Amino acid sequence: MINSLFLINPSGEIFLEKHWKSVVSRSVCDYFLEAKEKALEPEDVPPVIHTPHHYLISIYRDKLFFLSVIQTEVPPLFVIEFLHRVAEMIQDYFGECSETVVKDHMVMVYELLEEMLDNGFPLATESNVLKEMIRPPTILRSVVNTLTGTSNVGDTLPTGQLSTIPWRRAGVRYTNNEAYFDVVEEIDAILDQSGTTVFAEIQGVVEACVKLSGMPDLTLSFMNPRLLDDVSFHPCVRYKLWESERVLSFIPPDGNFTLMTYHVNAQNLVAIPVYVKQSISFFECGSDGRLDVTVGPKQTMGKTVEGVMVTVHLPKTILSINLTATQGSYTYDNGTKLLVWDIGKLNPQKLPNLRGSLSLQAGAPKPEENPSLNIDLKIQQLAISGLKVNRLDMFGEKYKPFKGVKYITKAGKFQVRT
Amino acid sequence: MTPMQKLLQLPVNAMNMVKTAQDQMGQQDEAKSPVMTPDGGNHNWYNGEPNDPRHIRFGSGGGDQEERAHLEEGGGSLSSLVTQPLRHDDLKEMLDSNKDSLKLEAMKRIVAMIARGKNASDLFPAVVKNVACKNIEVKKLVYVYLVRYAEEQQDLALLSISTFQRGLKDPNQLIRASALRVLSSIRVTIIVPIMMLAIKEAASDMSPYVRKTAAHAIPKLYSLDPEQKDCLIEVIEKLLADKTTLVAGSVVMAFEEVCPERIDLIHKNYRKLCNLLIDVEEWGQVVIINMLTRYARTQFLNPNMNESLLEEGGGEKAFYGSDNDDDTDDEEDKEEKEKKKTEATAIVKRKPYVMDPDHRLLLRNTKPLLQSRNAAVVMAVAQLYFHLAPKAEVGVIAKALVRLMRSHSEVQYVVLQNVATMSIKRRGMFEPYLKSFYIRSTDPTQIKVLKLEVLTNLANETNISTILREFQTYIKSNDKDFVAATIQAIGRCATNIGEVRDTCLNGLVQLLSNRDELVVAESVVVIKKLLQMQPEQHSDIIKHMAKLTDNIQVPMARASILWLIGEYCEHVPKIAPDVLRKMAKTFTNEEDIVKLQIINLAAKLYLTNSKQTKLLTQYVLNLAKYDQNYDIRDRARFIRQLIVPTDKSGALSKYAKKLFLALKPAPVLESPFKDRDHFQLGSLSHLLNAKAGGYQVLPDWPEAAPDPSVRNVEVKESVPEWTKCSSREKRKEKKADKPFYSDSEGESGPTESADSASDTASGSESGSGSEESGSGSESEESNEESESASEEDEEEEGKKKKKNVEKIKARKPVPESESEPSSGEDVKKSEKKSKPRIGSSESESEEDDDSESESSESEEEESEEESEEETKKKKKTTASKPPSKPPKKENKKEKKEMSLLDFDDFDPAPSPSQVTPLNNFLSSSLVTDLEGLSLTDNVLSPTTIVPSGNLKTYELLHRITGEGLSVEYCFSRQPFSPDPHMVAVKIQFTNSATSEAKSLHMEDAKLQSGMRIKEFPEIEVLPAGETVSVVMGIDFCDSTQAANFQLCTHTRKFFVSIQPPVGELMMPIFMTENEFKKEQEMLLQSLGQLMGMNEITEKLTLEEKCQGEHAVVQRVTTAANLSRVPCGSDKECSHPVPPPPFPIHRFAGKTVTSGSLVLVSVVTKEDGAAQLTVNCEKMVIGTMLVKDILQALTQ
Repeated sequence: MINSLFLINPSGEIFLEKHWKSVVSRSVCDYFLEAKEKALEPEDVPPVIHTPHHYLISIYRDKLFFLSVIQTEVPPLFVIEFLHRVAEMIQDYFGECSETVVKDHMVMVYELLEEMLDNGFPLATESNVLKEMIRPPTILRSVVNTLTGTSNVGDTLPTGQLSTIPWRRAGVRYTNNEAYFDVVEEIDAILDQSGTTVFAEIQGVVEACVKLSGMPDLTLSFMNPRLLDDVSFHPCVRYKLWESERVLSFIPPDGNFTLMTYHVNAQNLVAIPVYVKQSISFFECGSDGRLDVTVGPKQTMGKTVEGVMVTVHLPKTILSINLTATQGSYTYDNGTKLLVWDIGKLNPQKLPNLRGSLSLQAGAPKPEENPSLNIDLKIQQLAISGLKVNRLDMFGEKYKPFKGVKYITKAGKFQVRT
Repeated sequence: MTPMQKLLQLPVNAMNMVKTAQDQMGQQDEAKSPVMTPDGGNHNWYNGEPNDPRHIRFGSGGGDQEERAHLEEGGGSLSSLVTQPLRHDDLKEMLDSNKDSLKLEAMKRIVAMIARGKNASDLFPAVVKNVACKNIEVKKLVYVYLVRYAEEQQDLALLSISTFQRGLKDPNQLIRASALRVLSSIRVTIIVPIMMLAIKEAASDMSPYVRKTAAHAIPKLYSLDPEQKDCLIEVIEKLLADKTTLVAGSVVMAFEEVCPERIDLIHKNYRKLCNLLIDVEEWGQVVIINMLTRYARTQFLNPNMNESLLEEGGGEKAFYGSDNDDDTDDEEDKEEKEKKKTEATAIVKRKPYVMDPDHRLLLRNTKPLLQSRNAAVVMAVAQLYFHLAPKAEVGVIAKALVRLMRSHSEVQYVVLQNVATMSIKRRGMFEPYLKSFYIRSTDPTQIKVLKLEVLTNLANETNISTILREFQTYIKSNDKDFVAATIQAIGRCATNIGEVRDTCLNGLVQLLSNRDELVVAESVVVIKKLLQMQPEQHSDIIKHMAKLTDNIQVPMARASILWLIGEYCEHVPKIAPDVLRKMAKTFTNEEDIVKLQIINLAAKLYLTNSKQTKLLTQYVLNLAKYDQNYDIRDRARFIRQLIVPTDKSGALSKYAKKLFLALKPAPVLESPFKDRDHFQLGSLSHLLNAKAGGYQVLPDWPEAAPDPSVRNVEVKESVPEWTKCSSREKRKEKKADKPFYSDSEGESGPTESADSASDTASGSESGSGSEESGSGSESEESNEESESASEEDEEEEGKKKKKNVEKIKARKPVPESESEPSSGEDVKKSEKKSKPRIGSSESESEEDDDSESESSESEEEESEEESEEETKKKKKTTASKPPSKPPKKENKKEKKEMSLLDFDDFDPAPSPSQVTPLNNFLSSSLVTDLEGLSLTDNVLSPTTIVPSGNLKTYELLHRITGEGLSVEYCFSRQPFSPDPHMVAVKIQFTNSATSEAKSLHMEDAKLQSGMRIKEFPEIEVLPAGETVSVVMGIDFCDSTQAANFQLCTHTRKFFVSIQPPVGELMMPIFMTENEFKKEQEMLLQSLGQLMGMNEITEKLTLEEKCQGEHAVVQRVTTAANLSRVPCGSDKECSHPVPPPPFPIHRFAGKTVTSGSLVLVSVVTKEDGAAQLTVNCEKMVIGTMLVKDILQALTQ
């Protein structure tokens, strides 16, 4: 299926290649590089490119292009999903996914890629299985390896590879048994000029950090599972039980994982935690404009809104700006025309305001569209949809685990049109 | 065979080859070396510190730094490696050394070169020698190298073959698998026969992982030598029958690559694949679902054919729900045809459509996968539903697809393409999610355009106003490509929805004054298309556009305006000639398409208004005559002949007007995604709208369904669906207090359910079953079949099942009674009373066994909970019984006991000593157990009897991993007669596979030092469905270390381990209270006055329900194999006060191996407060025991 993989940095240099079938010359990437040249933004490169003999499927992630070469029919999402898994695997192993990291651990990345695919078909993509085959680097281990001559490569088949629960390895032991769940909700919204909601929905995710010994069988139940409109699960969750009883029953993977993602019914009115008063205007005559933005709390359920940040892509014709912020600070990159106003905590008594003048390039026409504002925010201890975890039960093990649930609300793709 | 033998001999000869090759290399290097002297420093340095590879990286000195630069910098410096053979020389030397660390370092550097795409092929001989290296990491890297370069150096690669062949026989499955992996990845044609043999062998390997690797190897061999196809198909057929989820995905992948046309191979495995699907790993799921889509298209009937009938019949289209009301609007021609065709056939048959149960099975089993986290799986299910499901059910996929839109932009891109195609056919499906397709200014352009496409497809009379308002914001965007696409989208909405045509047109005309030329041009083109629909009413727009010719430079737009003016010159008689005049002036500078339109305009004007335009036309035609473009020259010549009447011109010129000014049909603005669904959705071909290599065409529905009986399988599949077991348990919990009839019927083991499922399936196949008509009843059935536990539905089958159960009972020598005498005895008693009860209890306990083997942990937990409940009950029911009756509880067969205990209530004469008379009931295979039991019975007074009914069973081998063989063990708490220092472990084998297991024995015990094992006698044959128990002895050396050994059958070996709870490491001894106290003091004094050294005291609070004496005794004896010290003696000797205010419970035992005393006392005080004291010489055991008992008491 997947013939080859090339990792390409933003400047177009191929710094890693791996072939699972016979070798494909790296000149095949030229088609891709050409398309990349044409695209204004890296995101605009088409994910699927058709060349005379191959198909190139690529993803852009963490400032890197992962380009795979395909020769025959294959579901494109299959490849795309796999490429993302590769990126996640690198992230998981080395803490971040970047060019330097890959270059530093070239051999290990290569070995991992070797294990992940066999003849182009995924063999082991579960991180716990991979970690048993090739252990992630730690300082301690590298020292030990030097002294004892042992290696990072396991010589027995990871137990997960054979069991029906490949995500969990056998014989996990912890002295402190803990299970933490973060309910993170993101508000996706589009507000129009007048502040009315064009579109809003809540996307939530339950991130788990489970460090429990043995083979615990957990059951997580919600106070109000009816809220959840659409869900997707980590493979460990038993679908049937969710369908019949609306509880999450699962044998968790070891460590961090995403237990579920969900979508809250858009028909329910979504509470919008902030409002934005804005006026951006350009004067018809003269190359000048004004910008005035105020952010205030709206439906916050009595919590403080933190980490508020406003990002604006200003029109290309802007020459310079001169703004003053009553709270927080702003940065402006004249190259990308990106204005970022970092407000921080929202104080209902004294609303933060950013105002000032924009000057356009001489002779440039008045921009037709006002730039839209992208809002970022965070509310601790609140799930905006009102979702609440009821309880977590553990079966199968004798000890009493520490349990914890945290709620966070964030802005997802939160856009204010102007 | 001969080529094989040759190959086997090859390595010897080839070794020489390598030597010579190396010698040559060496000479070359020597010859070159003078040139390389500047780098000699490095060279020396390697020799200088060969022992420590870290020096290579972190040593000091200039050379090192340079070296490090080479290692880390990549690109540039490594390219110098290629040009400087010296570097390779170093590597070779490192590879030749006998230090693994040096070899590893060298291999790492070589692999880094490969990863960077540098050529390292000249190191082949040096690397290949290390293929047999002991160090696993070196070995792996050598494999990596081999796979990369073997194709280029085939002869040398042959050297490694024998190593792999050896590896194929290795006892370690990982090594076997990786040997096969590499062997099959080496693309050397000469070893094809070896590969074939290896694959065949591996396909019947014991380890499913090796079999999986074999499945992976099949397409590799096929691509290397397509002539092996027939042999490979045999292997595929064999592997398709494999029952493990691990193999399923890989073998279907192989099937798809080698023989996708052999759909007949799937028949027998179809149901199994459907049932396994949910447990297959994600990637396998994608492949299987795609394959099954194709399979279903060939084997089942179109589920929508009746619906189309209904629709044609009129009036009833809402029958299937409101979701697809709109669908009729955009029925495509093709579908119409199809409809007619199917209608015809349907009428001929006069038979209502009934969905094949297998078709339903597929739909049902794939549906939960819509919740997968993997976008590819979701997409695969979505396309399956789109292509296979009845219209009414397709809607379920919309939500999942919309969810994927939140994912990475690449995923969005692919999903949107598919949604665009789907939304043409099934608009209603996505309408509720309209807003999810709204565009954000931060979306990449390609996503924006696709979203626009979907929005346009979804537009209808009701939502068009919202969509148009949305479009208005898009038009202001800075992204001009996107704006152009929006304008086109508006155009399409206007053509499709008559009501808004005027509004759209007005809006577009306003855009004509836009500053951006692209926007204007695009509007012109769209307006042109719209005007064609009703030109009469819009002459002012045409005039307005005529004025634009001065400003608009975009050729397409200019051409469009000219065409419009020409076409409708009668509506603008004054302006048209003027436009032609201007155009004639600039003719030579125009683009080709504009020129062509100028000629057209000229010709049309000449025909309608020759007075004003004759000269102009001639001028234009003359210019065109000498144009560089021959198309234009041709056009000019052609038109001149046609319109200018001359003598020679034939009859055609008379018709010139008709030719040029004929009424042209308005263009239909169509989605580019129309009819794309003839490609299987989600495929690469669909995305590209062109057939990709290896694409398998999605066949059309057959007119008549092929024989469904081909999918029948004689053997019952035992479906290992662990995901479902817990739901069953839950249900069980709920049902605990229901009458036992429905209880037992509701809970049937998976084997039985599979049985019943296939029963219904085959039943409805033959009689074209009718239960599958409404979706409501279907979903209910889904519960029944997959969870095997819907009460009402199975009630009918109850009797039959009971019979089965009785049969099983008759066949087996009462397995339960073997494992636990007490419960067995109960069974016996009830047997007299009522037969159905036996049946039910039996089936329950069987069920328990099954689910237990599926997830033992949760089961245990649950049974404990239940046991608490039960204690309460028991307290009530057994109030009249003598207190000496040992409570039987906390074991696997909880439920059974419960019903039996209820039963005891009605029994007029529950005998107090019912525990003892077991002997006649026990089967002969457990003589030793029996002996032990009767022995203790004789020695101990009834009060000290260890309740033998509460043995906890542990799982040794799961049914799935054991491929049908499940093994459980329990500590039987009987003295192990061959060696009193061993703990007796009773092992119970259950063969739930379809074939018999032979020669069950154990070998290769890996024990901690001092531990010993007495093996159980080999079981020669264990027929399918049978259960047998054996006893083995383990001397754990008084430690809780696990005993690891291999459990072997005639085909396979399983690694298993037995870990004893600390309470099982001791055996009860009988002593009086005084003796107990004496011993306790002795122990305390033995280590001087150091209290606490071998006494551990814990305070605890007992729960209400376990404050009673029985509860405490029972819990302690369950946790540890101890005997109770009779408390009666307490009163007699020491304490004059008759009722002790705080009763003390004492227990005594000794460790099995060393015989150290273990003394436990529990002092209960008021309000449930209690104190637990454990005295034991062995501190470790003491501490652990305290913990265990504490847990037992407080739970």
